[in-house]
Amino acid sequence: MFGKLTWAAIPIDQPIPLVAGAVVLVVILAVIMWVVVKGHLPYLWQEWITSVDHKRIGVMYTLLAMVMLLRGFSDAILMRAQQSVAFQSQGFLPPEHYNQIFSAHGTIMIFFVGMPFVIGLMNLVVPLQLGVRDVAFPTLNSVGFWLTATGALLVNISLVVGEFARTGWLPYPPLSELTYSPGVGVDYYLWSLQISGVGTLVAGINLVTTVLKIRTKGMNYMRMPMFCWTTLASNLLIVAAFPILTATLAMLLLDRYLGFHFFTNEAGGNVMMFMNLIWAWGHPEVYILVLPAFGIFSEVVSTFSGKPLFGYRSMVLATMAICIISFMVWLHHFFTMGAGPTVNAVFGIASMIIAVPTGVKIYNWLFTMFAGRIRFTTPMMWSTGFMVTFAIGGLTGVLLAVPPADFLLHNSLFLVAHFHNVIIGGVLFGAFAGYTYWFPKAFGFRLDERLGMAAFWLWLSGFYLAFVPLYAVGFLGMTRRMQHYDIEVWRPWLMVASIGALLILIAIICQVLQLAVSIRNREALRDTTGDPWDGRSLEWATSSPPPAFNFAFLPDVTGEDAYWAIKRHATLEASEKPRDYQPIEMPRNSPTGFVCAFFATVMGFALIWHIWWMVVAGFIGAFATFVVFAWRDYDEYEIPAEEVARIDRANLAARRELVTAAGGS
Amino acid sequence: MTLTAVAREDPHHLGVLVDVAHEGPAPKRIVTGFGFWIFLLSDIVMFSCFFAAYAVLLGRTAGGPSGAELFNLHSVALETACLLLSSFVCGMASIAADERNHFWFQIAMAVTCVLGLAFLAIEFHEFADLVARGAGPTRSAFLSAFFTLVGCHGLHVSAGILWLLTMMAQVFAKGFRADIERRFLCFALFWHALDIIWVAVFSVVYLIGSAA
Repeated sequence: MFGKLTWAAIPIDQPIPLVAGAVVLVVILAVIMWVVVKGHLPYLWQEWITSVDHKRIGVMYTLLAMVMLLRGFSDAILMRAQQSVAFQSQGFLPPEHYNQIFSAHGTIMIFFVGMPFVIGLMNLVVPLQLGVRDVAFPTLNSVGFWLTATGALLVNISLVVGEFARTGWLPYPPLSELTYSPGVGVDYYLWSLQISGVGTLVAGINLVTTVLKIRTKGMNYMRMPMFCWTTLASNLLIVAAFPILTATLAMLLLDRYLGFHFFTNEAGGNVMMFMNLIWAWGHPEVYILVLPAFGIFSEVVSTFSGKPLFGYRSMVLATMAICIISFMVWLHHFFTMGAGPTVNAVFGIASMIIAVPTGVKIYNWLFTMFAGRIRFTTPMMWSTGFMVTFAIGGLTGVLLAVPPADFLLHNSLFLVAHFHNVIIGGVLFGAFAGYTYWFPKAFGFRLDERLGMAAFWLWLSGFYLAFVPLYAVGFLGMTRRMQHYDIEVWRPWLMVASIGALLILIAIICQVLQLAVSIRNREALRDTTGDPWDGRSLEWATSSPPPAFNFAFLPDVTGEDAYWAIKRHATLEASEKPRDYQPIEMPRNSPTGFVCAFFATVMGFALIWHIWWMVVAGFIGAFATFVVFAWRDYDEYEIPAEEVARIDRANLAARRELVTAAGGS
Repeated sequence: MTLTAVAREDPHHLGVLVDVAHEGPAPKRIVTGFGFWIFLLSDIVMFSCFFAAYAVLLGRTAGGPSGAELFNLHSVALETACLLLSSFVCGMASIAADERNHFWFQIAMAVTCVLGLAFLAIEFHEFADLVARGAGPTRSAFLSAFFTLVGCHGLHVSAGILWLLTMMAQVFAKGFRADIERRFLCFALFWHALDIIWVAVFSVVYLIGSAA
């Protein structure tokens, strides 16, 4: 009846996951209770859960990322704590639990923090920057988000029902094969990534189509803000790389479920094929994460330096070059696995070449700042912190790209320090910069600067304290993923790293406080003009938060830095003439995404536990949802012209003063 | 003031590039078709992984039968004929949809469906026969790759048939509405793309496989 699922799946003998799971469950129940008792449920359902508005979906993606950051970070704290006490002892985490923690940490941070954070910001901002009303496929957008949430949910269910993979964040066979991992851990990993992978692919198709086909009048490719370019590059990579992940994980699933022999030791299976396939996806994946961050830094640096981006064309070229070269370096993830000197040399050189366009970008940002009137706001601080940190991470990366050096350093904590250096210093700082920069656009009030600054400095110093020691112990020969160790010289370094992790903990507390304090002081932090930072691109040309339709009239773009030109010319003065308001058609909200995700969760859970009748039920439910969706007769609703006029006039009145002041000077 | 204002419109002196007129968002039909093409490309990337796996594992028969001993090119030729013909008839359905002719649309779709089902029946028969002869997917890595690649295509055809039936029902119930026409455009693209994949399956799996 319930397949492999029995009461034994609940880890009663392990207090840590059980208590953690109980706390999470209580928090979730409390939130649900609060929502229901306060009567917010209809509002949440109508305005958020079923919303197909790209801004709302973007916010929900970002929220998911931040919640999962807390989960992923608690794993990190556990690992740091374990390594600082597990000198010549077992520490407090048994090996099978420790292995699950580092696997879950990597999986969560990449797939459920990094990905939803950047996809959320792209969703929120790109249609606004392109001067249009929505993405290409609004309902599909909602489906994509909810499928990502399904993946995150399944990973978290594994905390209390069953176990998670013990294989590391990439399930290398033969360890991940049924012979060596007979439990459900790897299945949790595989199904949550398959489901959220579909969501990511959907988001990628949607954003590529949006950037290529839905731009306002006059928005040529070479007039697009840099963030739109990096969005395009990143989503092209999603479309080209995520199917590889899907196919690879499907092969592993077939091995595990139906006894196929893709990667097994027996019957001719080929383990190296897994390495090649997974990294053919895995290397582009790091650029999928970091390219949008590069776009965010470009916007932030240009805005707060009060200058157009330096070397726009070279920036576009560098972005697209990274997009292509990122597919040609995958083998550097396994130099030591016997490819031979010639192949290693080719991939080593390719890996060094990819540092060139990245270097171009760094110089472009520096020259954008050069001779600018720089305002050191929180987003700008994240950007400068990024430039320093990322340059160091890039250099250690070039070092690892040298095959002989890699033979010494591979699988050591040096590697761990390197990729945290680029992912925290690049992706996460970028996500935080974007979060602070666009928060007023999404909600109509700014985030508290003082706590933001505190969070930045704590993150920055915490990062260096936590990861520079890991470079050192890497040189001292400490390999990654060690549950305990006997070498005395490593210990002080690991203690320092733990202090760094504690600083980051305080930084995260500051960020939570910052959100709470800002919500409480929102009237004082209110952005009335829609343009709190003196911005240059079109998202600042509408109110904060923007109306459902974004723009009453689609802007007509005549040059780069479209909104800057509008402000300079004070073209909004023309709006004192009566504008000819038209009704606007917008896509209707739909529960399709949520319902699909519900059935996907049921199916995923049933597949993990081999509950076949439930799989069939889930499939029928999902198909029925699609048919019902396809059957509906009205997919759009109309916002009447009077309503558009009312919203637009209020917005114009608020910003006319600002615009004429800038234009008249 | 004027001078700086103009300079700011084109701060990087892109000149001629800026002159290319962009008329604004594309119409829905274009957007939908374009987006679906992007999906098809991603699907082709997924298939290319299975092709690569097949190529890598072709010789890994683990002492079991090889393609030359297993493949029956006659039934594969019949399968190919069914699928290509179904694509032709699907094209006919597109013409009928353009003409808003319900009768011929439903006839053409029904024939497409029958040909698709015939294809699936032959494929199922081939698979059942192989399993009965002890050459199932668990026998060797080569057979795992074979069953996965061909089976993945077969799953796509099955999904296509579900979609096809839904399209027939929709057109029957609601007529040639703009959104249904867009959906049908995507279906037609999907069905033709399965042919492209099949041509590759035929060449790589069956022709090269029978030689190996």
